[in-house]
Amino acid sequence: MRVETRRTLRRLLRNPSAVLGFSLLIFFTLIAIFAPLICPPQSYDPYMIPIVTWDKTPQPPSEGHPFGIIDGRDIFYGVVWGTRTAFKVGLTVTLTSTLVGLVIGSIAGYFGGWLDEVLMRITDVFLSIPYILAAIVMTAFLGMGLDKVMISLIIFGWMATARLIRANILQAREEQYVLAAKALGVSDFWVITKHILPNTIFPVLIQATMRIGSLVITAAALSFLGLGAPVGYADWGALLNFARNWLLGASGEALRYWYAIVYPGTAMVLFVLAWNLVGDALRDAFDPRLRG
Amino acid sequence: MLTYIVRRLLLLPLILFGLSLIVFGMIQSLGPDRLLAAYVNPGVLDKLTPAQLEKIKQKYGLGDPMMIRYLKWLKNTLQGDLGWSLVGKQPVRDAILSRLPWTAELALYSIIPVVFVGVWLGVIAAVNRDKFLDHFVRIFAVVGWSFPDFVFGLIVLMVFYSILGWFPPGNLSLWADQVIKSPEFRRFTSLVTIDALLNGRFDVFVDALRHLVAPILTLSWLWWAYLLRITRSSMLEVLTKEYIRTARAKGLSERVVINKHARRNAMIPVVTVGGGMVIQLFAGTVIVEMVFNRTGMGSFTATAATQLDYASIMASTLFYSLILVLGNLVIDILYAVVDPRVRLG
Repeated sequence: MRVETRRTLRRLLRNPSAVLGFSLLIFFTLIAIFAPLICPPQSYDPYMIPIVTWDKTPQPPSEGHPFGIIDGRDIFYGVVWGTRTAFKVGLTVTLTSTLVGLVIGSIAGYFGGWLDEVLMRITDVFLSIPYILAAIVMTAFLGMGLDKVMISLIIFGWMATARLIRANILQAREEQYVLAAKALGVSDFWVITKHILPNTIFPVLIQATMRIGSLVITAAALSFLGLGAPVGYADWGALLNFARNWLLGASGEALRYWYAIVYPGTAMVLFVLAWNLVGDALRDAFDPRLRG
Repeated sequence: MLTYIVRRLLLLPLILFGLSLIVFGMIQSLGPDRLLAAYVNPGVLDKLTPAQLEKIKQKYGLGDPMMIRYLKWLKNTLQGDLGWSLVGKQPVRDAILSRLPWTAELALYSIIPVVFVGVWLGVIAAVNRDKFLDHFVRIFAVVGWSFPDFVFGLIVLMVFYSILGWFPPGNLSLWADQVIKSPEFRRFTSLVTIDALLNGRFDVFVDALRHLVAPILTLSWLWWAYLLRITRSSMLEVLTKEYIRTARAKGLSERVVINKHARRNAMIPVVTVGGGMVIQLFAGTVIVEMVFNRTGMGSFTATAATQLDYASIMASTLFYSLILVLGNLVIDILYAVVDPRVRLG
């Protein structure tokens, strides 16, 4: 291991919030992996929360249903399998949109000129629609569902990466080692992938990590609005949507449906918190100037 | 900077053109038959004969080539003819105009707590760097930033409505709604809180405010955390500057150093970020209005999306995007006005 890497690792481990973030992530990963053991699926699609009762009224936690029941469905099952949904959405969207941004940003930054101008103006246009709104509208047009939500989030999620990588490449383009490689006759593709990207990739990775949390929130928000996961799908946002309907109709009945909010809500907050802490820690460790 | 602003102004029509292409492109992914619903009241649609349907298709040019349809749509949109809203059961234009004040009120009032609390906490954290208060405020910020607005909103709803009964959901109580719809109630600004005061109806004002507190809290919460972090890091940077040391060496009191010398300079990045944040607040109303069951642009858009009311969806998208684009432009210009260094540079 290189000295620099070891030093960075040590810096990460000394940071209590980083340790908390990584521990939470490991915890959620374990839950996602062992979901079939914690909550054995009861139908052919494990992501559908099994219906345990036909009585729609929410029921508080009890034996066998530790988190209670809402809309006839076991909340515990939904929270556990929802972890898988959160990972699936967060990682797929982040990876794909970062990759798209990487390609567009690299081309714009490396070749410059009119191509850069055109690509950056397209980026501006995509940035001119508020993200949550673009996701809502695109999903509505594609025709609801979790996969449609992911597609929408990718279509409108690549711009920040593209801008970042473009700025980095504009800087790296003038460096000696790039000029040397070009002078040796290395092809453009190789110059970008072999020489420029490895030197500019870290900020992009950190940015991607910090984005996962907010992406999971946006996806859950769409499910919360009823645009994402279908009814009964193990998704934290969809569980909270059930809770909202019951809450709006219940004034003065103190704490009647607390479990319907607290359990899925806590899972979500901790999941997002984990990614945000890890993102912050990575940023601090790799670029101490940005400590904030 | 001036050239930058001129460039931005010149690019504005281009961005708006691109935006219109995206929105139009989205709706073109639907077939002509589904598109009919965007033009005709569906209650009427079912009763029409195929020949009449064909006539309507002709009238709105749904069979025309893409280019012609785009130009027609653009012309209608620019003239304010946005089609028929399924959700609002009225023309989209009227639906938006009647809902806009509610959302504007919510978003504008949310800015006040965000700016004051966010900046205040950020300065406190920076001044007490690495002490207990700093850690406390930073933990508050990172947890706050991880709280999805709808989860936070549901908790607020549970605590302040279900348990305490202080802040009910919705826009107004039934009686207050009747008051503002009565002919004696004159609409000056169409913002209910201000109109209520101008009409001397203090009870209506209080009622409107009671309905606003919880959504404002939810909408602003996320951004406190954000602004706090920006203010803190900006303050920390400024505090290391030499003019701060000079100010201290002159024997100025710590309060004057922080408030007059440091904070003013630390505000510059906060202004740019803060401006963008105000715009994002508008987009945030989509979720918040749904959580609190409020009538407004946000809930209108969300309902239109779930009920596939295409005309309303397109108009709302254009509306929110216009706010974003124009807002960013205004911020850039203001930025140059506020900071003399940028203006001269």
